Amino acid sequence: MKTSRRSFLKTGGIAALGLYALPFAGEVLAESDLPKAIHNPNALRGEHWAMVVDMQKCWKQQEQKQCKECLVACHTVHNVPEIDSIKEEIKWIWTNNYENVFPGQTDDFNTQNLLGKPFIALCNHCTNPPCVRVCPTKATFKRAEDGIVMMDFHRCIGCRYCMAGCPYGARSFNFRDPQPYIKTELNMKFPTRERGVVEKCNFCAERLADGLLPACVEACKAGALSFGDLADPNSVVRKIVSSRFTMRRKPELGTQPNVYYIV
Amino acid sequence: MKIYDARYILIGLAIFVALFTLPFWYNMGKAAPAPELKLDTPVIQQMAVKQCVLPKAEMRTGHMQMLNDWRTWVVRDGLRTYVAADGKTYNMSLQKECMNCHSNKTKFCDQCHTYAGLKVGSVPYCWTCHIAPKENQ
Repeated sequence: MKTSRRSFLKTGGIAALGLYALPFAGEVLAESDLPKAIHNPNALRGEHWAMVVDMQKCWKQQEQKQCKECLVACHTVHNVPEIDSIKEEIKWIWTNNYENVFPGQTDDFNTQNLLGKPFIALCNHCTNPPCVRVCPTKATFKRAEDGIVMMDFHRCIGCRYCMAGCPYGARSFNFRDPQPYIKTELNMKFPTRERGVVEKCNFCAERLADGLLPACVEACKAGALSFGDLADPNSVVRKIVSSRFTMRRKPELGTQPNVYYIV
Repeated sequence: MKIYDARYILIGLAIFVALFTLPFWYNMGKAAPAPELKLDTPVIQQMAVKQCVLPKAEMRTGHMQMLNDWRTWVVRDGLRTYVAADGKTYNMSLQKECMNCHSNKTKFCDQCHTYAGLKVGSVPYCWTCHIAPKENQ
Protein backbone atom coordinates (compact mmCIF):
# COMPACT_ATOMS: atom_id res chain seq x y z
CA MET A 1 0.00 0.00 0.00
CA LYS A 2 1.29 3.37 -0.93
CA THR A 3 0.72 6.43 1.25
CA SER A 4 1.49 9.92 0.22
CA ARG A 5 3.48 12.03 2.63
CA ARG A 6 0.48 14.36 2.92
CA SER A 7 -2.03 11.72 4.03
CA PHE A 8 0.53 10.15 6.39
CA LEU A 9 1.00 13.47 8.21
CA LYS A 10 -2.77 13.95 8.34
CA THR A 11 -3.49 10.63 10.01
CA GLY A 12 -0.48 11.05 12.28
CA GLY A 13 -1.76 14.43 13.44
CA ILE A 14 -5.23 13.14 14.15
CA ALA A 15 -3.81 10.21 16.08
CA ALA A 16 -1.68 12.56 18.19
CA LEU A 17 -4.79 14.65 18.96
CA GLY A 18 -6.54 11.46 20.00
CA LEU A 19 -3.87 10.88 22.67
CA TYR A 20 -4.90 14.13 24.35
CA ALA A 21 -8.49 12.93 24.54
CA LEU A 22 -7.49 9.71 26.29
CA PRO A 23 -7.54 10.95 29.91
CA PHE A 24 -10.96 12.54 29.42
CA ALA A 25 -12.30 9.35 27.91
CA GLY A 26 -11.07 7.49 30.98
CA GLU A 27 -12.95 9.86 33.27
CA VAL A 28 -16.17 9.46 31.34
CA LEU A 29 -15.91 5.67 31.46
CA ALA A 30 -15.14 5.69 35.20
CA GLU A 31 -18.16 7.85 35.96
CA SER A 32 -20.53 5.25 34.59
CA ASP A 33 -19.28 2.84 37.25
CA LEU A 34 -20.87 2.74 40.69
CA PRO A 35 -18.87 4.73 43.21
CA LYS A 36 -17.09 2.27 45.43
CA ALA A 37 -16.60 4.35 48.54
CA ILE A 38 -18.96 7.08 49.69
CA HIS A 39 -19.66 9.07 52.85
CA ASN A 40 -22.00 7.52 55.38
CA PRO A 41 -25.43 8.86 54.46
CA ASN A 42 -26.23 9.88 58.06
CA ALA A 43 -22.81 11.36 58.80
CA LEU A 44 -22.45 14.79 60.35
CA ARG A 45 -20.64 16.85 57.75
CA GLY A 46 -18.89 20.13 58.31
CA GLU A 47 -16.22 22.25 56.74
CA HIS A 48 -14.51 23.47 59.88
CA TRP A 49 -15.20 21.57 63.08
CA ALA A 50 -14.58 23.46 66.29
CA MET A 51 -15.35 23.16 69.98
CA VAL A 52 -16.21 25.70 72.64
CA VAL A 53 -15.46 24.87 76.26
CA ASP A 54 -17.47 26.96 78.72
CA MET A 55 -15.41 26.65 81.89
CA GLN A 56 -17.95 28.62 83.95
CA LYS A 57 -20.54 25.91 83.37
CA CYS A 58 -17.99 23.22 84.06
CA TRP A 59 -16.92 24.76 87.37
CA LYS A 60 -20.52 25.24 88.42
CA GLN A 61 -21.05 21.52 87.88
CA GLN A 62 -17.86 20.77 89.78
CA GLU A 63 -19.17 22.69 92.80
CA GLN A 64 -22.07 20.26 93.08
CA LYS A 65 -20.00 17.14 92.69
CA GLN A 66 -16.70 16.08 91.21
CA CYS A 67 -17.43 15.45 87.56
CA LYS A 68 -15.19 13.60 85.12
CA GLU A 69 -17.88 12.48 82.70
CA CYS A 70 -16.25 13.88 79.57
CA LEU A 71 -12.84 12.38 80.35
CA VAL A 72 -14.31 8.98 81.19
CA ALA A 73 -16.60 8.96 78.16
CA CYS A 74 -13.77 9.77 75.75
CA HIS A 75 -11.33 7.29 77.20
CA THR A 76 -13.95 4.54 77.31
CA VAL A 77 -15.08 5.06 73.74
CA HIS A 78 -11.53 5.09 72.40
CA ASN A 79 -10.02 2.32 74.53
CA VAL A 80 -7.49 4.71 76.03
CA PRO A 81 -5.21 2.97 78.57
CA GLU A 82 -4.66 4.27 82.07
CA ILE A 83 -0.97 4.22 82.90
CA ASP A 84 0.15 5.67 86.23
CA SER A 85 3.22 7.54 85.11
CA ILE A 86 3.48 11.10 83.93
CA LYS A 87 5.99 10.10 81.27
CA GLU A 88 4.02 7.20 79.88
CA GLU A 89 0.43 8.30 80.44
CA ILE A 90 -1.91 8.36 77.45
CA LYS A 91 -4.37 11.21 77.28
CA TRP A 92 -6.88 12.32 74.72
CA ILE A 93 -8.68 14.78 76.98
CA TRP A 94 -7.44 15.87 80.38
CA THR A 95 -7.50 18.68 82.92
CA ASN A 96 -4.73 21.06 83.89
CA ASN A 97 -4.37 24.31 85.78
CA TYR A 98 -5.00 27.68 84.16
CA GLU A 99 -1.33 28.68 84.30
CA ASN A 100 -0.33 25.47 82.51
CA VAL A 101 -3.06 25.58 79.90
CA PHE A 102 -2.61 29.28 79.18
CA PRO A 103 1.05 29.98 79.92
CA GLY A 104 2.05 33.54 79.17
CA GLN A 105 -1.51 34.67 79.73
CA THR A 106 -1.18 35.11 83.46
CA ASP A 107 -1.28 38.74 84.57
CA ASP A 108 -0.29 39.97 87.99
CA PHE A 109 -3.79 40.88 89.06
CA ASN A 110 -6.60 40.26 86.60
CA THR A 111 -6.08 36.51 86.22
CA GLN A 112 -5.19 35.83 89.85
CA ASN A 113 -8.60 34.28 90.46
CA LEU A 114 -7.94 31.75 87.69
CA LEU A 115 -4.62 30.40 88.93
CA GLY A 116 -4.92 26.77 89.96
CA LYS A 117 -8.35 26.38 88.42
CA PRO A 118 -8.77 23.23 86.35
CA PHE A 119 -9.22 23.60 82.60
CA ILE A 120 -10.22 20.93 80.14
CA ALA A 121 -7.61 20.39 77.46
CA LEU A 122 -7.62 18.31 74.30
CA CYS A 123 -6.16 18.37 70.81
CA ASN A 124 -6.90 21.78 69.29
CA HIS A 125 -7.22 20.49 65.72
CA CYS A 126 -5.27 23.58 64.69
CA THR A 127 -5.93 25.27 61.41
CA ASN A 128 -2.16 25.41 61.01
CA PRO A 129 -1.02 22.24 62.79
CA PRO A 130 2.71 21.96 63.50
CA CYS A 131 2.41 18.20 64.15
CA VAL A 132 1.30 17.68 60.57
CA ARG A 133 4.19 19.74 59.24
CA VAL A 134 6.81 17.68 61.02
CA CYS A 135 5.39 14.19 60.46
CA PRO A 136 7.80 12.45 58.09
CA THR A 137 5.37 9.70 57.03
CA LYS A 138 2.18 11.75 56.79
CA ALA A 139 0.75 9.48 59.47
CA THR A 140 -0.83 12.57 60.94
CA PHE A 141 -2.61 14.80 58.51
CA LYS A 142 -5.26 17.46 58.35
CA ARG A 143 -8.44 16.32 56.68
CA ALA A 144 -9.14 18.76 53.89
CA GLU A 145 -12.89 18.29 54.02
CA ASP A 146 -13.52 19.21 57.68
CA GLY A 147 -10.22 20.22 59.26
CA ILE A 148 -9.86 17.34 61.70
CA VAL A 149 -6.22 16.54 62.46
CA MET A 150 -6.24 12.77 62.08
CA MET A 151 -3.84 9.99 62.96
CA ASP A 152 -3.27 7.06 60.67
CA PHE A 153 -1.87 4.59 63.18
CA HIS A 154 -0.95 2.23 60.37
CA ARG A 155 1.61 4.68 59.12
CA CYS A 156 3.02 5.99 62.40
CA ILE A 157 6.62 4.94 62.89
CA GLY A 158 6.83 6.32 66.41
CA CYS A 159 9.47 8.98 65.78
CA ARG A 160 7.62 11.40 68.10
CA TYR A 161 8.44 14.48 66.01
CA CYS A 162 4.77 15.40 66.30
CA MET A 163 5.01 15.32 70.09
CA ALA A 164 7.92 17.73 69.91
CA GLY A 165 6.01 19.84 67.40
CA CYS A 166 2.73 20.06 69.32
CA PRO A 167 2.84 23.07 71.65
CA TYR A 168 -0.14 21.82 73.64
CA GLY A 169 1.09 18.41 74.81
CA ALA A 170 -1.91 16.84 73.15
CA ARG A 171 -0.02 13.80 71.91
CA SER A 172 0.94 10.69 73.82
CA PHE A 173 3.34 7.95 72.89
CA ASN A 174 2.74 4.29 73.61
CA PHE A 175 5.96 3.31 75.32
CA ARG A 176 4.52 -0.14 76.00
CA ASP A 177 1.69 -2.33 74.79
CA PRO A 178 -1.35 -0.36 75.97
CA GLN A 179 -3.83 -3.24 75.87
CA PRO A 180 -3.25 -4.61 79.42
CA TYR A 181 -3.73 -1.08 80.78
CA ILE A 182 -7.19 -0.49 79.38
CA LYS A 183 -9.14 -0.41 82.63
CA THR A 184 -12.49 0.42 81.09
CA GLU A 185 -14.63 -2.08 79.28
CA LEU A 186 -13.30 -2.60 75.77
CA ASN A 187 -15.23 -0.82 73.06
CA MET A 188 -15.37 -3.53 70.42
CA LYS A 189 -16.22 -0.97 67.75
CA PHE A 190 -12.96 0.97 68.02
CA PRO A 191 -9.41 -0.34 67.74
CA THR A 192 -6.76 -0.13 70.41
CA ARG A 193 -3.23 1.01 69.67
CA GLU A 194 0.06 -0.85 69.79
CA ARG A 195 3.45 -0.14 71.26
CA GLY A 196 5.39 2.46 69.31
CA VAL A 197 2.65 4.71 67.96
CA VAL A 198 1.54 8.18 68.96
CA GLU A 199 -2.11 8.86 69.68
CA LYS A 200 -4.37 11.79 70.41
CA CYS A 201 -7.93 13.08 70.25
CA ASN A 202 -9.53 12.61 66.83
CA PHE A 203 -12.57 14.87 67.43
CA CYS A 204 -14.51 11.60 67.34
CA ALA A 205 -14.22 11.32 63.56
CA GLU A 206 -15.67 7.81 63.82
CA ARG A 207 -18.71 9.07 65.73
CA LEU A 208 -19.28 12.01 63.37
CA ALA A 209 -19.37 9.49 60.54
CA ASP A 210 -22.22 7.74 62.35
CA GLY A 211 -24.11 11.00 62.88
CA LEU A 212 -23.15 11.32 66.56
CA LEU A 213 -21.59 14.22 68.41
CA PRO A 214 -18.19 13.70 70.04
CA ALA A 215 -18.33 11.50 73.13
CA CYS A 216 -17.19 14.25 75.53
CA VAL A 217 -19.81 16.68 74.24
CA GLU A 218 -22.52 14.08 74.57
CA ALA A 219 -21.37 13.09 78.07
CA CYS A 220 -21.18 16.61 79.53
CA LYS A 221 -24.21 17.10 81.77
CA ALA A 222 -23.48 20.78 82.35
CA GLY A 223 -23.58 21.61 78.65
CA ALA A 224 -20.13 23.10 78.95
CA LEU A 225 -18.91 21.58 75.70
CA SER A 226 -20.33 22.68 72.36
CA PHE A 227 -19.31 21.27 69.03
CA GLY A 228 -20.14 22.41 65.55
CA ASP A 229 -19.11 23.77 62.20
CA LEU A 230 -17.46 27.18 62.36
CA ALA A 231 -18.07 27.67 58.66
CA ASP A 232 -21.82 27.49 59.23
CA PRO A 233 -23.16 30.87 60.51
CA ASN A 234 -26.05 29.11 62.27
CA SER A 235 -23.98 26.57 64.16
CA VAL A 236 -23.78 26.62 67.95
CA VAL A 237 -20.06 27.25 68.03
CA ARG A 238 -20.16 30.03 65.45
CA LYS A 239 -22.87 31.82 67.42
CA ILE A 240 -20.91 31.58 70.67
CA VAL A 241 -17.57 32.53 69.13
CA SER A 242 -19.02 35.54 67.33
CA SER A 243 -21.01 36.82 70.31
CA ARG A 244 -18.86 36.16 73.37
CA PHE A 245 -15.26 36.70 74.37
CA THR A 246 -13.35 33.46 73.99
CA MET A 247 -9.75 32.48 74.52
CA ARG A 248 -7.53 30.12 72.59
CA ARG A 249 -4.39 28.42 73.81
CA LYS A 250 -1.07 30.06 72.91
CA PRO A 251 -2.45 32.33 70.18
CA GLU A 252 1.00 33.88 69.73
CA LEU A 253 2.21 30.71 67.97
CA GLY A 254 -0.12 31.18 65.03
CA THR A 255 -1.37 27.59 65.05
CA GLN A 256 -4.99 28.84 65.05
CA PRO A 257 -6.51 26.36 67.52
CA ASN A 258 -10.10 25.31 66.99
CA VAL A 259 -10.91 24.77 70.64
CA TYR A 260 -12.22 27.97 72.21
CA TYR A 261 -12.55 28.67 75.92
CA ILE A 262 -15.08 30.82 77.74
CA VAL A 263 -13.59 31.80 81.08
CA MET B 1 37.95 -39.95 31.71
CA LYS B 2 39.53 -40.36 35.04
CA ILE B 3 38.61 -38.59 38.23
CA TYR B 4 41.41 -38.13 40.71
CA ASP B 5 40.43 -39.24 44.22
CA ALA B 6 37.06 -40.33 42.84
CA ARG B 7 36.27 -42.28 45.97
CA TYR B 8 36.58 -39.33 48.33
CA ILE B 9 34.88 -36.95 45.98
CA LEU B 10 31.89 -39.22 45.37
CA ILE B 11 31.51 -40.04 49.06
CA GLY B 12 31.78 -36.36 49.88
CA LEU B 13 29.23 -35.49 47.22
CA ALA B 14 26.83 -38.13 48.51
CA ILE B 15 27.15 -36.80 52.08
CA PHE B 16 26.61 -33.25 50.85
CA VAL B 17 23.50 -34.15 48.86
CA ALA B 18 22.10 -36.14 51.77
CA LEU B 19 22.67 -33.29 54.24
CA PHE B 20 21.38 -30.66 51.84
CA THR B 21 18.14 -32.52 51.20
CA LEU B 22 17.71 -33.55 54.82
CA PRO B 23 14.84 -31.10 55.50
CA PHE B 24 12.90 -32.59 52.61
CA TRP B 25 13.39 -36.15 53.85
CA TYR B 26 12.64 -35.09 57.38
CA ASN B 27 9.31 -33.54 56.47
CA MET B 28 8.29 -36.14 53.91
CA GLY B 29 4.73 -37.32 54.33
CA LYS B 30 4.08 -34.79 57.04
CA ALA B 31 2.44 -32.23 54.76
CA ALA B 32 -0.05 -30.16 56.71
CA PRO B 33 -3.56 -30.65 55.37
CA ALA B 34 -4.91 -27.68 53.47
CA PRO B 35 -7.04 -25.61 55.83
CA GLU B 36 -10.75 -25.68 55.47
CA LEU B 37 -12.44 -22.37 55.93
CA LYS B 38 -15.15 -22.39 58.56
CA LEU B 39 -18.04 -20.23 57.43
CA ASP B 40 -20.61 -21.59 59.88
CA THR B 41 -20.82 -18.64 62.24
CA PRO B 42 -24.29 -17.86 63.65
CA VAL B 43 -24.58 -14.66 61.62
CA ILE B 44 -23.65 -16.34 58.35
CA GLN B 45 -26.01 -19.24 59.02
CA GLN B 46 -28.91 -16.85 59.36
CA MET B 47 -28.19 -15.11 56.08
CA ALA B 48 -30.62 -15.87 53.28
CA VAL B 49 -28.04 -15.22 50.58
CA LYS B 50 -24.59 -16.16 51.75
CA GLN B 51 -22.70 -13.46 49.89
CA CYS B 52 -19.64 -11.54 51.00
CA VAL B 53 -18.72 -8.08 49.74
CA LEU B 54 -17.20 -9.60 46.62
CA PRO B 55 -17.60 -13.07 45.11
CA LYS B 56 -15.80 -15.80 47.05
CA ALA B 57 -12.98 -16.28 44.56
CA GLU B 58 -12.22 -12.57 44.46
CA MET B 59 -12.28 -12.33 48.23
CA ARG B 60 -9.93 -15.28 48.52
CA THR B 61 -7.30 -13.80 46.26
CA GLY B 62 -7.90 -10.13 46.81
CA HIS B 63 -9.00 -9.56 50.40
CA MET B 64 -5.67 -8.04 51.32
CA GLN B 65 -5.87 -5.41 48.60
CA MET B 66 -9.46 -4.73 49.53
CA LEU B 67 -8.58 -4.25 53.20
CA ASN B 68 -5.80 -1.94 52.14
CA ASP B 69 -8.18 0.12 49.99
CA TRP B 70 -10.75 0.22 52.75
CA ARG B 71 -8.15 1.48 55.18
CA THR B 72 -7.14 4.27 52.82
CA TRP B 73 -10.71 5.29 52.09
CA VAL B 74 -11.78 5.30 55.73
CA VAL B 75 -8.76 6.73 57.49
CA ARG B 76 -7.41 9.10 54.89
CA ASP B 77 -10.42 10.01 52.75
CA GLY B 78 -13.10 9.83 55.44
CA LEU B 79 -15.33 7.66 53.25
CA ARG B 80 -16.80 4.88 55.34
CA THR B 81 -19.50 3.30 53.22
CA TYR B 82 -18.68 0.76 50.53
CA VAL B 83 -21.04 0.24 47.65
CA ALA B 84 -20.82 -3.30 46.32
CA ALA B 85 -21.43 -4.19 42.70
CA ASP B 86 -25.01 -5.23 43.53
CA GLY B 87 -25.68 -1.84 45.14
CA LYS B 88 -25.59 -3.16 48.69
CA THR B 89 -23.75 -0.91 51.14
CA TYR B 90 -21.28 -1.99 53.77
CA ASN B 91 -19.59 -0.20 56.64
CA MET B 92 -15.89 -0.34 55.80
CA SER B 93 -14.69 -1.55 59.17
CA LEU B 94 -12.83 -4.67 60.19
CA GLN B 95 -14.31 -4.73 63.68
CA LYS B 96 -17.77 -3.47 62.84
CA GLU B 97 -18.37 -5.24 59.54
CA CYS B 98 -15.99 -8.06 58.58
CA MET B 99 -15.80 -9.69 61.99
CA ASN B 100 -19.51 -9.28 62.46
CA CYS B 101 -20.10 -12.20 60.10
CA HIS B 102 -16.69 -13.83 60.39
CA SER B 103 -16.76 -13.91 64.16
CA ASN B 104 -14.51 -16.96 64.17
CA LYS B 105 -11.13 -15.30 63.74
CA THR B 106 -9.07 -18.35 64.75
CA LYS B 107 -10.92 -20.60 62.32
CA PHE B 108 -11.31 -18.05 59.56
CA CYS B 109 -8.25 -15.79 59.51
CA ASP B 110 -5.57 -17.60 61.46
CA GLN B 111 -5.97 -21.01 59.87
CA CYS B 112 -4.95 -19.93 56.39
CA HIS B 113 -2.42 -17.39 57.54
CA THR B 114 -0.68 -20.02 59.64
CA TYR B 115 -0.83 -22.53 56.80
CA ALA B 116 0.70 -19.98 54.45
CA GLY B 117 3.54 -19.51 56.89
CA LEU B 118 2.52 -16.08 58.14
CA LYS B 119 3.41 -15.77 61.78
CA VAL B 120 0.33 -15.46 63.96
CA GLY B 121 0.08 -12.04 65.51
CA SER B 122 2.97 -10.53 63.62
CA VAL B 123 2.13 -10.89 59.94
CA PRO B 124 -0.39 -9.63 59.02
CA TYR B 125 -0.40 -7.49 62.15
CA CYS B 126 -4.07 -6.55 62.16
CA TRP B 127 -4.72 -7.77 65.66
CA THR B 128 -2.04 -5.86 67.51
CA CYS B 129 -4.49 -2.95 67.47
CA HIS B 130 -7.82 -4.18 66.17
CA ILE B 131 -9.79 -6.16 68.71
CA ALA B 132 -10.53 -9.71 67.67
CA PRO B 133 -14.05 -10.94 68.39
CA LYS B 134 -14.48 -12.99 71.51
CA GLU B 135 -14.96 -16.60 70.53
CA ASN B 136 -16.68 -19.15 72.67
CA GLN B 137 -14.43 -22.12 72.78
